[in-house]
Amino acid sequence: MAHATVDHDVHHDHEEKSAYWEGGREAFKASYGKLMMWYFLLSDAFTFAGFLIAYGTLRFSMPTWPVPDFVFQAFPTFGIIPESMAHHMPLVFVSLMTLILIISSVTMVRAVQEGHQNNKRGVVFWMLLTVLGGAAFLGCQAWEWTTLIKGENVSVTRNPFGRHEVNGTYTVDAHGEPYAAGAKAETFKSGQGYLLHGKMDHVTHAPVLDENGDPTFIQRTYVTDKGAKGQLSFGPKAFGALFFFITGFHGFHVFSGVAFLLIIMLNVASGLYERRNNHYEMVEKIGLYWHFVDLVWVFVFLVFYLL
Amino acid sequence: MVSYEEGLKTVKKGFLILCVVTTVEVLFALLGNGHIIPGLMFPKVVMAPVMIAFSLYKAYYIVYNFMHMAHEVKGLAMSVLMPMLLLVWGVIAFMQEGKFWGSRRTQIEQFNAKSVKPTPSKATGMIDDIKQLPTKNG
Repeated sequence: MAHATVDHDVHHDHEEKSAYWEGGREAFKASYGKLMMWYFLLSDAFTFAGFLIAYGTLRFSMPTWPVPDFVFQAFPTFGIIPESMAHHMPLVFVSLMTLILIISSVTMVRAVQEGHQNNKRGVVFWMLLTVLGGAAFLGCQAWEWTTLIKGENVSVTRNPFGRHEVNGTYTVDAHGEPYAAGAKAETFKSGQGYLLHGKMDHVTHAPVLDENGDPTFIQRTYVTDKGAKGQLSFGPKAFGALFFFITGFHGFHVFSGVAFLLIIMLNVASGLYERRNNHYEMVEKIGLYWHFVDLVWVFVFLVFYLL
Repeated sequence: MVSYEEGLKTVKKGFLILCVVTTVEVLFALLGNGHIIPGLMFPKVVMAPVMIAFSLYKAYYIVYNFMHMAHEVKGLAMSVLMPMLLLVWGVIAFMQEGKFWGSRRTQIEQFNAKSVKPTPSKATGMIDDIKQLPTKNG
């Protein structure tokens, strides 16, 4: 191998490897772009890990924490499912979101495979399905957030979700008023989740707001089995901020992924990568990113919904 | 490089594995929290390690089969995966720290709950507020 004549043309021949430090040799037998995608994902993994560790640290520092399968038990009715059923489906909706992400990851693998076959139509078809999967996931997340923000009044500074620490009996009904004649007093057990419902106007069914425009809450009173009186209080404040920031950051990754997938899909269709003649490496790179988004969701799913 | 047919098999297998593991995870979470058999609950020390193990398996599967880490040279795999070991330290250290914050929080609450009578300040010769003057026995 000659050291003296180094071809500085960017389209150098892969067969003609020059010496180390002179360019043209691929580190780890991977192209520069792919390698850098791996290192970007490594750094992104640390960002997410930082967020999730912050979540864990704050959760460990709190004497109590909302119950995931109580917080995440709503399901859209689609106008078909009875309202009562749609409110008691713990973790079903987030499992659906996970399934959507898994499917879109699988379609992405298919797109990469078709790229290796130099099948342009195949790549476009499977990438389109991947984009649809990503969009469906974002739609689900939008619904989940809307339910939490609009329906249950969670915000970055307010968390009406809590966990009972003792067994007891409510002394008022769900509307914060004395029980109707003949009604049985509701009991609760330690470890169960609760939600402070927003006060609703009896006539207009609109939320009752305070002078600052914030919702007001029904804080039911209770007696514990040991006879102590108490009143439901707000859950740990950090919960809302952590949930919205971490799932939001992940959702932002999904959103950017969808945008890049669309751009690359159009480039595939236009024949740009066909001309590069490198087995659609760009599809492979965006594929790496897309699987990473799925990978992060595995851990977001673990810490927010399962643990 | 894997052949096209082998690749198709991996996709089908991968889809099944991820779906099954996720389903098992969710069912286990529901079972352990008493949603499936009323009255049956698993303690957190049983639940958490099982959940974490399932998730780590899913992560391994995605990285090695979907992201083709299995087909990259060892150096690449190690340069990406080894730095991740730092996170093991990170998780352990920060969970410990979190527990410590928690114990501090309860301590502070206990201190705040104690009602402390303000000790009268030493006389300075100035009368700022007539109400501070001792009225009885003083």
